[in-house]
Amino acid sequence: MERGSKARKWAIDFGDGASSREVADPPGYSRGASSEIEDASAARQKEKVEASWKQQKAWEIAQAPFRNLFMMGFMMWMAGNTVHLFSIGITFSALWQPISALQGIGKVFEPYKDARTDVLMPKLLFIAMNLVALGMGLWKLNSLGLLPTHASDWVSSLPPPQMVEFSGGVLSS
Amino acid sequence: MLSSKGWDPCLETSFLHCRHQEYIGKVTHAVFQTASGKKRVIVATEKSVVASLNLRSGEIFWRQVLEESEPIDGLQVALGKYAVSLSRGGSLRSFHLPDGSLIWETSLYTSPSPAQLFLLPSDDLLVLKQGIVYVVSSADGRLLWTSDLLDESRLAQTSLSFEGKNIYVAGFSGSSLALFRIDASTGAFTTLKTTEPLNPSSFVLSSGVFAALDTQGNIVTGLMEAEVVELQKTSLATLLDSPVSSAQLLPDKIPGGCVLSTDGGSIFVLGLDKKGVEVLQQIQGPPVVSNSIVLDGTFAQSFLQHINSKEIRVRVLSGKEWIETAEETVEVDPNKGGVQKVFMNAYIKTDRSRGFRVLIVGQDHSLALLQQGKVVWSREEALASVVDTLTAELPLEKAGVSVAEVEHDLYEWLKGHVLRLKSTLMLATAEEQTALQALRLNNADKTKMTRDHNGFRKLIVVLTSSGKLFALHTGNGGIVWSRFIPELSTKGSLKLYPWRIPHKHVDENAVALVLGSSHDGTGFAAWVDMLTGSVQETLALPYSVKVALALPVVDSSERRLHLLIDDQNKAHLYPTSDESLSLFEKYMQNVYFYIADKEAGQIEGYNIKSQVDAGEEGGLVFQSQKIWSVLFPKDSETIAAITTRRADEMVHTQAKVLGNRDVWYKYLNKNMVFVATVTPQDSRVGAANPEETWLVAYLIDSVTGQILHRVSHAHAQGPVHVVFSENWVVYCYFNVRNHRHEMSVLEVYDKSADGKDVLQLMLGRYNASVPFSSFSPRNLEVKGQSYFFPSTVRTMSVTFTARGITGKQILVGTIGNQVIALDKRFLDPRRSADPTPMEREEGVIPLSEGLPLFPQSYLTHAARVEELRGIISVPARLESTCLVFAYGIDLFFTRTAPSRTYDSLTEDFSYALLLITIVVLVVAIAVSMVLSQRKELREKWK
Repeated sequence: MERGSKARKWAIDFGDGASSREVADPPGYSRGASSEIEDASAARQKEKVEASWKQQKAWEIAQAPFRNLFMMGFMMWMAGNTVHLFSIGITFSALWQPISALQGIGKVFEPYKDARTDVLMPKLLFIAMNLVALGMGLWKLNSLGLLPTHASDWVSSLPPPQMVEFSGGVLSS
Repeated sequence: MLSSKGWDPCLETSFLHCRHQEYIGKVTHAVFQTASGKKRVIVATEKSVVASLNLRSGEIFWRQVLEESEPIDGLQVALGKYAVSLSRGGSLRSFHLPDGSLIWETSLYTSPSPAQLFLLPSDDLLVLKQGIVYVVSSADGRLLWTSDLLDESRLAQTSLSFEGKNIYVAGFSGSSLALFRIDASTGAFTTLKTTEPLNPSSFVLSSGVFAALDTQGNIVTGLMEAEVVELQKTSLATLLDSPVSSAQLLPDKIPGGCVLSTDGGSIFVLGLDKKGVEVLQQIQGPPVVSNSIVLDGTFAQSFLQHINSKEIRVRVLSGKEWIETAEETVEVDPNKGGVQKVFMNAYIKTDRSRGFRVLIVGQDHSLALLQQGKVVWSREEALASVVDTLTAELPLEKAGVSVAEVEHDLYEWLKGHVLRLKSTLMLATAEEQTALQALRLNNADKTKMTRDHNGFRKLIVVLTSSGKLFALHTGNGGIVWSRFIPELSTKGSLKLYPWRIPHKHVDENAVALVLGSSHDGTGFAAWVDMLTGSVQETLALPYSVKVALALPVVDSSERRLHLLIDDQNKAHLYPTSDESLSLFEKYMQNVYFYIADKEAGQIEGYNIKSQVDAGEEGGLVFQSQKIWSVLFPKDSETIAAITTRRADEMVHTQAKVLGNRDVWYKYLNKNMVFVATVTPQDSRVGAANPEETWLVAYLIDSVTGQILHRVSHAHAQGPVHVVFSENWVVYCYFNVRNHRHEMSVLEVYDKSADGKDVLQLMLGRYNASVPFSSFSPRNLEVKGQSYFFPSTVRTMSVTFTARGITGKQILVGTIGNQVIALDKRFLDPRRSADPTPMEREEGVIPLSEGLPLFPQSYLTHAARVEELRGIISVPARLESTCLVFAYGIDLFFTRTAPSRTYDSLTEDFSYALLLITIVVLVVAIAVSMVLSQRKELREKWK
């Protein structure tokens, strides 16, 4: 707090207009007249810019998982193919991230959703990217040997068979 | 060869669950040593043990185990400080009395023939072996002189006596009696002639006089001082004042006399002197006669008689006239059978009168000291000859324990934990440490007679060759009950079978079936309650039992159906109820048995054909018929070992998953038999040519007789030890060429289920768990490998766990009488010089030619189970743990966890420390919370 008050001594706020008010306006200049004229065109301009910005942003968000993919791939490669805490953590985060992203897909694109912007394509790209990430996660899971894709995964606790016949004997000397 | 009492690891705190008990075996010779120092009795036993026992308590001072193949023929105490034993092989060994250390050893001869050992009045030792006399100095074991009385020919049933400077020897040479007189100092001997030839039925020598019974019912006596012995004949009828149809002179030695037993059951003590023979005493009923002792210049001897099964009468006769000087009636345990041997000793009581003590050897091999009319101590020496074991679960804990008991338990529990905590924190004093040690050893929890959660508390029911059964508690090794069954002591082969193991009616007791059969064609069966030891039923069988099959069928009262196969291969079904008959008839077509004959070199397989008339004996009898036989070439192969899987072995799964996620199906045929044959041994010494000795291992299906696999090992020699578990066999033999022991493994896999699609398996379309029949052939693959083993094997076994999930250990009993636990992974046929990463991940160990023996793998630690004969493993309820019981002359019990105790905390785990840690942590959290709140508040006020 003390530091804050010290800092305030040196702070000059140009935005509050208090200092500029002390100086008189130039002759012929009326505050407010120009803004009224420009308002309409500026608003239209702004809307247009915003729409293209939204579109751009939506694409950007759709492509965001792509950067993640490399990161994830690198991490997976680092983790190796043996089952231990690190590799399990990496694999499960690799699986969880796309799933949670797909779950929250509506929320992600909500800010950009309006009549002007088309979010369908970015959404599809987003889904595709996340599916690729999910696939990578599954592939990793498989290479760790945690997917039941072999016969051994289905018969490993197969009980021994019952015997039909019974036999016993002895060595007599 | 030798061992003496040393450090016992079982008393150390770190080996809490192991128990080691030392025994000596059935006593054959005993010499009292009470003159000076510690009172002790030196004994020699059937198990070739020489031991010194504390006369007051019966504890072992020291013990020396000699070669088991050479029984001890004689035992004497010489010079008052050496115990001298004579082994059958001619070895005379002298042990120092106080500590049992070997002083000297002399080998007199090498032929294993029976001999007698005497102590000469000069304190030198005399060995009489079939007409050859050896006299050995007892100070250093030097041979003083030897004389061969008969020049190579043999003297049978020899008898010997001393009188002055002379030694008299008598014995049968052919059918006539030969008499000799030997000079004790030089060994010069003269053959004595008699006035007429002697062909007696029995004779005895006593103080220079001999007495013999001739075939005409006369007793012939003669003095052996003269060159020509004059014979005096006395008719038995006139001597005894009654007609005698048959009589016998007992070999029991009485100075100046002899003992005559008649068919009337009476015993006569006869006095022998220059004048002739006279009757000194008559004793009704056959007694057991002790050795004679010197007492005030004359002799004393005791005679033991059974009044009834509970009481025995001890009579001591002494003096020249053999007058009865003492008589006592002693109450004994009727569970010990009759008295077989008596050894007497005299002592001076506190009131200066003379007292006698006798050491008795019972029919059940037990040893007991009787003194002043009561049993001072007794030792259960039958436990030195265990032949078979079974385990029984203890009864379930009853609900409703009294409050006082709980409070007491709680107090004890708390006390124990406080002590343990102190010890952990190094605060305990020495006194408290010993208290803790005692608490740990005698933990009341361990010796409870109820089932525990982990299944560590069990009863081990052991059957001994004496015909006595014992139940040992695994907690402390104590005898819970013992039962002597006299009928079994005469039977040759004894076996135990689990007759009734209750699962449904858990409150009822388990019952064991004891079977004994002898070569004379009779058998004996007894049903014994495994918790109380009471004999429920006995049955004398008019046939000898070749094989007993415990069928996998139980009746409604959970009695297991047993099939006893007699000499004619007829099958007798027990229990003999209608219910068991109807159960058996349903199952009959699936019952097979095989008989392997070592002499004939063949294995024959039989099945059960039909019920036949039982004749007058009754019961359920079935005819069997031969369906297959396997013949081995007699000149090149004899059966050395034959083994099957244990019937009650639990296997968790039939699939073995490899590192590359392939699956191999174990071939778990319970009817598969492993047979090992070796090249017959040439009896000539050194005849074994390494190039020509073979061991052939067969895997045979005992239902069909089909040979599933055959493998031969060159340069191999027996004896062969085998372990068969799950789908693998491990066998051990001697490699003659490399002069090393080898261990080989065979693993059998069923390849007919290979190539199954994952999808099929997912949908459950596999039939790998359908009932298995030997008549549906499988495509087998057998993998094998051999390794060198750095020790000599006495016996082998394998660990069994409750569900068969835990890895296996092979329990090897070594020549050093120790038990080694060898991990099965070392005996994996898939071991290769450079395993792939997959295999490494799976735990395949890189190949090495020898099997490693780690110091930690000795289950017996430093203890030695003398003459180790068998190792039994019993699963505990805890999957990780297996109980191991090893027996020989000693008994040893421990626990092993082949894959570590992954499912339990150690018994010693300090719960108190854990609790205190938690409490401290909670308090610390609470305190720091308050402190931080205060601090925050202070901050806000600033």
